Amino acid sequence: MTDLPTGIEPQAAPTVPLLARLRRAGETALGTLLRLVDRPMRLLQRLIGERRMAYVFLLPNLVFFSLFVFVPLAIDLVFSFTGGESLFPSQRPYVGTDQYAYLFDCGSFLDPASCRVDHFWRGVANTLRFTMFQLVSMVAFSLVTALVLNMRIRGRGFFRAVYFFPVLLSPVVVALVWKWILQRDGLLNAGLTTIGGQKILFFVDPGWAMFWSVFVSVWAHMGFYTLILLAGLQAIPADLYEAAQMDATPRWRVFWRITLPLLWPNLIVVIVLALIRGVQTFDEVFVLTGGGPGTATLMIVQYIYETAFASQVQNFGLAAAASIVLGVVLFLLTLAQLSRTRSAS
Amino acid sequence: MRTMTRRAISTSVLAACLLAGGSGVRPAEAQTVLRMTWYSDGNEGEVMADLLRRFEDKNRDIHVVLDQVPFKAINENLPVQLASGQGPDIARVGDMGGLARYMLDLRPYLKNADYWEANYGPFLQWMRVPGDTSSIPGFMTQLTVTGPFVNKTLFEQAGVAMPGPKASWEDWGKATKEVADKVQAPFPIAFDRSGHRFFGLAISEGAAVFDGNGQPAVVDDGFKRAAKLIYDWHNTGVMSKELWGSVAGATYRGANEEFKNAQVVMYESGSWQISQFDKTIGTAFDWVAVPTPCGPANCSGMPGGAALVGIKSTKHPEEVARVLDYLASEEVVAEFYARSLFVPGHLGLARKGLDYKDASPVANAALKVFSDSVNQLAPAANRLQGYPASRVILNAVISRLGQAVAGEVTLDEAYKRISGDIEQQLAERNKK
Repeated sequence: MTDLPTGIEPQAAPTVPLLARLRRAGETALGTLLRLVDRPMRLLQRLIGERRMAYVFLLPNLVFFSLFVFVPLAIDLVFSFTGGESLFPSQRPYVGTDQYAYLFDCGSFLDPASCRVDHFWRGVANTLRFTMFQLVSMVAFSLVTALVLNMRIRGRGFFRAVYFFPVLLSPVVVALVWKWILQRDGLLNAGLTTIGGQKILFFVDPGWAMFWSVFVSVWAHMGFYTLILLAGLQAIPADLYEAAQMDATPRWRVFWRITLPLLWPNLIVVIVLALIRGVQTFDEVFVLTGGGPGTATLMIVQYIYETAFASQVQNFGLAAAASIVLGVVLFLLTLAQLSRTRSAS
Repeated sequence: MRTMTRRAISTSVLAACLLAGGSGVRPAEAQTVLRMTWYSDGNEGEVMADLLRRFEDKNRDIHVVLDQVPFKAINENLPVQLASGQGPDIARVGDMGGLARYMLDLRPYLKNADYWEANYGPFLQWMRVPGDTSSIPGFMTQLTVTGPFVNKTLFEQAGVAMPGPKASWEDWGKATKEVADKVQAPFPIAFDRSGHRFFGLAISEGAAVFDGNGQPAVVDDGFKRAAKLIYDWHNTGVMSKELWGSVAGATYRGANEEFKNAQVVMYESGSWQISQFDKTIGTAFDWVAVPTPCGPANCSGMPGGAALVGIKSTKHPEEVARVLDYLASEEVVAEFYARSLFVPGHLGLARKGLDYKDASPVANAALKVFSDSVNQLAPAANRLQGYPASRVILNAVISRLGQAVAGEVTLDEAYKRISGDIEQQLAERNKK
């Protein structure tokens, strides 16, 4: 450092930090851009009125949504009224509601064996069973995990990451890992034989196959639902708990009277999302069990996939009809979610 | 200084261009790029890549991109691609009859169509749409025959004599169960979960598959005998439910990994496994291919195979024909079969016999067994293989028998469903 004569203060160089300069440049560019957009937008507002401007802002999203959701949905609907094995709708003969009639040709809907398309109805029954078990387990385990992770425990951050980690994995990877664990010479059977037990052929027994399908699904997705519930738990005002503590309220009562009612909107979201995911289940179970043994874990989506692509006669019409039925069920579930969420809030 | 720099840059660019020209890097604009979709059972993908490199060295104007995909993609994704007109230029396919309508007739572009007729003639019919008797869509990259592989070491360890060449399926069932019980092997007999494999057994039991008019009449007495045998074997532990009973629909399940791990006494699969068994089992244990066991009707297996075909939607039919002409030529295809350890689908080579230089004595012996079994094929087996909707039959059978094995339906219910499924799918196909 250079010595300065007494009385002369070193002057700070008039430099502006780089970040600040960048920010200012960004702001200027954004301002210019906004000014460019501002005039036509004002003009548009004057033309169509302030209330209709909301639709203008929704338009870009709607365009993408239409392109990737509504258009495929419409094509699917068209396919469901056609037959044959041609790919292009223009080359497919119109068959009216034949595909739906074929799909719903059942002696009794409670007995898939009495249906002409028994695999579809076996898929429906399996999907319902899977969804029910998965939903109950998912909500219960996610809730318990969220409650534990909301406590002041050591390594809380680490455990939060650990529980969330499987959500980041591809469903195919998850299923393959568990398949290796559960197969005849897998890790679990190795453990069983080490402690003197017998090997269990998990994928040959319908009960075990369904159990592991549900287990793997819960294991893989629980972290996501835990996160939603954790967010809900953290939003509950702490003073309510402090007041309860001052009144010496038992912990279970605090849970029933404070935590659960205030967490209810989040729980509804979790229930409905898990329900929809359950109905849509395909990849994990398909890779894990292949729908077997027999058709014990064949889900609706696997039926649709196999009907459309795995057969030599690719029956796109029937697959489309089945997917429309599935779509209607999902639509109803979504409506239920919306109405429950609104009433809860 | 600037002039010197410019001169140096120009010289370098010129030198680079000359080097590129001399070292085999071709100018992109002069090339026709063809895409070939390929799947492999063993090492044949490597062999094909090598042959294509040599083709490109001789034909600088064509570049073939080899897209290697799983067999499942050939059966499930390729048909959709072809239907949309977005397929490759050339593809290796197993479902020849099913995809025949997308295949290119190479005849007008071939150098010598007579050579193709003379050497691939009988198999060309498998690749043609019904009514077509003249097109040349491609050539057989392999002729396959189903048949069993046996773990000889397990027989020796158990002290059980291996049944002879004309032994029945029941004889093998008894012998393999005895071996498996003695050596604690989990799979006495393993059949690939495939309709194709099932029909080897069914035809030897007398299944005719078609009626007098050539229409599918799948469930007959021979068929029922075979189905009952498979069903009983699953209930008595000769076959494990892990293959046939553990998945739904027509999903394929092989037991090649289990065989390689010496868990299977007898594995009913086919000639395409020889290459990988030769490479992966090595000297770990003794394995042999044995002639297909006999039923009351015959000792037939099922023929099959894969063909390399041109695709109709290609923009370069002449170039496609040049590539296939090269690959199907006797010298090149002989090398391909020999290095891949495949039974030749070329009549001339089949007559002359192939020298499998890279094969071990065990693999050579196995190839001989499978080559000999071609002569044992029953007419019904060839008819089923040549039927354009054969996969409709094969898939319906495996799907429904799988349910019976898993205990979901009885055999009688399975028979009804098989007939119903086939009828429904053929009716769907006929909707125009």
